[in-house]
Amino acid sequence: MNGAPAPPIRPIDCDVHNAVPSIEVLYPYLEDHWRDYLVERGVTSLEPNYYPRGLPISCLPGARPSSGGPPGSDLDLLREQVLGGVRYAILNCLYSIQSIHNEDWAAAMATALNQWQVEHWLDLDDRLRASIVVPVRSPGRAAEEIERWGDHPGFVQVLLLARSSTPYGKRHHWPIYAAAVRHRLPVGIHAGGVTENPILPVGWPSHYVEDYAGAAQVFQTQLVSLVCEGVFGKFPELRVVLTESGVTWLPALLWRLDKNWKGLRSEVPWVDRPPSEIVREHVRLTVQPFDGPRTAEGVRRVMDHLGSDELLLFSSDYPHWHARDPYESCLRHLSAESQRRVLRENSLATYRLGPETGPDGDGEHG
Amino acid sequence: MVEGVAERAPERTRRRTTIIDCDVHNSVPSDAALRPYLPARWRRYLDLVGHKGYHSLERGYAYPKISPGGGARVDAWPPSGGVPGSDLDFMREQLLDNYGIEIAVLNCLYRAGEQLNDEYADALATAINDWQVEEWTGRDSRLRASMVVPYEAGDLAAKEIERLAGTPGFVQVLVLPRTREPLGRRRYWPLYEAAEHYGIPVGIHFAGLTGNPITSSGWPSYYLEDHTVMAQAFQSQVISLIFEGVFERFPRLRVALVEGGFAWMVPLLWRLDDLYERLHEEVPHLRRRPSEYVREHMRMTTQPMEEPERPHHLLDLIEQLGPEMLMFSTDYPHWDFDDPNRAFQVRLPEEVKSKVFHENARGFYGF
Amino acid sequence: MKKKLYVVAEVDEIPPGGRKIVEIERRSIGVFNINGEYFALRNACPHAGGPLCRGLLTGFLRSSEPGQYTYLRRGEFLRCPWHQWEFDIRTGQSWLDPDKTRVRTYQTRVEPGQALLENEVELMGSGLTKGPYVAETYPVHIDGRYVVLEL
Repeated sequence: MNGAPAPPIRPIDCDVHNAVPSIEVLYPYLEDHWRDYLVERGVTSLEPNYYPRGLPISCLPGARPSSGGPPGSDLDLLREQVLGGVRYAILNCLYSIQSIHNEDWAAAMATALNQWQVEHWLDLDDRLRASIVVPVRSPGRAAEEIERWGDHPGFVQVLLLARSSTPYGKRHHWPIYAAAVRHRLPVGIHAGGVTENPILPVGWPSHYVEDYAGAAQVFQTQLVSLVCEGVFGKFPELRVVLTESGVTWLPALLWRLDKNWKGLRSEVPWVDRPPSEIVREHVRLTVQPFDGPRTAEGVRRVMDHLGSDELLLFSSDYPHWHARDPYESCLRHLSAESQRRVLRENSLATYRLGPETGPDGDGEHG
Repeated sequence: MVEGVAERAPERTRRRTTIIDCDVHNSVPSDAALRPYLPARWRRYLDLVGHKGYHSLERGYAYPKISPGGGARVDAWPPSGGVPGSDLDFMREQLLDNYGIEIAVLNCLYRAGEQLNDEYADALATAINDWQVEEWTGRDSRLRASMVVPYEAGDLAAKEIERLAGTPGFVQVLVLPRTREPLGRRRYWPLYEAAEHYGIPVGIHFAGLTGNPITSSGWPSYYLEDHTVMAQAFQSQVISLIFEGVFERFPRLRVALVEGGFAWMVPLLWRLDDLYERLHEEVPHLRRRPSEYVREHMRMTTQPMEEPERPHHLLDLIEQLGPEMLMFSTDYPHWDFDDPNRAFQVRLPEEVKSKVFHENARGFYGF
Repeated sequence: MKKKLYVVAEVDEIPPGGRKIVEIERRSIGVFNINGEYFALRNACPHAGGPLCRGLLTGFLRSSEPGQYTYLRRGEFLRCPWHQWEFDIRTGQSWLDPDKTRVRTYQTRVEPGQALLENEVELMGSGLTKGPYVAETYPVHIDGRYVVLEL
């Protein structure tokens, strides 16, 4: 320490979206019969409807590639807009193979998508890491997909979508967690997914804004399921990252769940300590959107209610455009030490990102 | 021969803050009790079919509660032999007199609104309401009641509201939060129109079951989950009521969220206000931020009390929410009952206490 | 301070699995018979003051992993009738937080009537006064056996 300014922290961005520019890019990774299936039946896209094209939340100004592809589909633009400022960016590709009902087709598409992620993203920029997309409706096939990519250093997470057919704690999902733990991969649950279940627990709403607002509810119920079903007792090494979930709902949920557990725990005797304790040990949340109050004092209280700054992982949610960016909504209100944790250290502790010792985040020099 | 030491209820009448209890459950003792209030056609239907709702059991719950009697306090079974909440004298002894409750709002949870047959639901609701006048509000001046209505059929619900509007004792329209569709949607608007017209608030009370899975990821396994995720049904209903523009269409409508908890409201409003900023163009029928509609039109009851790990966080929460938003409730006779003397695990400032224990409810219901 | 003894019941009055709730010095106390042993607990839950001793007597369910159930000590755990917190009737300890949350327990023992009368224990409960004098409503018989509680 000789008075020189500390090097800026190069953050780890835990939620960046790469998009499939067109379904044809996956053809090389599909067997002929699946390729012909797509062509013959006129399947031209599996782009999800979670981010309607014209709504401002779906795309930051300037993030639409000039090539005409969807936001997040152009690596050069991603380099320019995101990668310059980060140590790593973790890609969550939302191409909607999870909506496929045909088990074999879903598995084939997942493998193709992951292979495409390797060749068109991971191999081209060493700041990129990616999440393994899995055919979640068939947990056995999902586990096979995790086995296929689990040793690839570029994959650091298993991607699930928040809205599922059945709650994620249920035992039929456990092969996914067993495979994830075997490869030291956290399971990232990201906003999105449309299944046979209404997107609000009380039925289908009229507007997209209700759909998006309601996503925070499904994260809450998934977390309740994971805890109550004893997933974290069964898989003590499992880490779950709630991504684009919002953050500030967590304390209220944990108060409720702790209180109810105290009276009702005999129904779930494998939950042998307060849910809040389990969640703090096993669950992380990305900070975009934060959904917090507007004042520094308000954010201080949120952090106090959360009980730990180790729960939060930095994310930009690029290319989505929220009302406030994570610096404005959260980070600027944190102490320098908390900022360092959220920007980098918590992610290093969560993800298999390799040795990282240098103070500026370039471990390979440290 | 041996008398032993007399059994007596623990002493719990320490202080006398005025208490308005915004959630008490009176129970229909049995189907037979409603027969005198049902027309012949529906008495016959009761014999032929009986209740038929969304789940497979003739009686009971999809997720068995922790205790019988609809999840009752184990000590709330009346000595007279009925189910908890069915005996007014015992309710007086155990609740109204014991705590010196000035006014109690009854929410009868008999599942009229969940019947698949709308006309039957309507007949049941009418019978329950007539029974409530006869057996409850007419017998104790401290009691007020919520109108039970077939809320899934908005037009029928509106008629029942109209029928009862002049009847003393009814102060609220009761709706359960687990509905067939989100409560902002137009099938429910006739209900709001009638409630607004007659100046009666709508109370959305914990419970309900429809064909919709209770989470948007399907059916969980345990009652612990069922009970915990009820808060998410409430959150969804708040989202729906706001973004469908219900409070723009019915500007004098007021809604009480009963037994939904209240800690979740503050972060939900942070989220909704941010989303509105980015997505308001999709919902041009709104003219204000979501939080403004909530603060103007909604109130929340306190039970089941929030119990943060560190009790003083409850004070943060009440401050953030605004103490004018909360109305005290016990949920007698259910297991998660809140004792007025013990419910708050922190000391409330006197001013907050009087708002929460009586002033807010007095204003909201116009007592 | 010298402990006071109270006669709370004749042994037959509380059969195995049974209970009796008594009031002593303005404290409500529940006395339970678990397989011939008597236990006494304060009838107020430390959580929210619920009348604990009117709750369900049940076993304690544990688990080594999801789907595995071990049901222990059936009939020896008391669940508060309000919020269903569980307490070990032998120790008064809450399972949830045994270090910090417990309900007050009291020593009990069974004494023959003769000893009670001869030893002049303070028989303070229920109108029973000190010494060989036998109160009208609670005669201690020389050949009876009594549950005695220490306070």
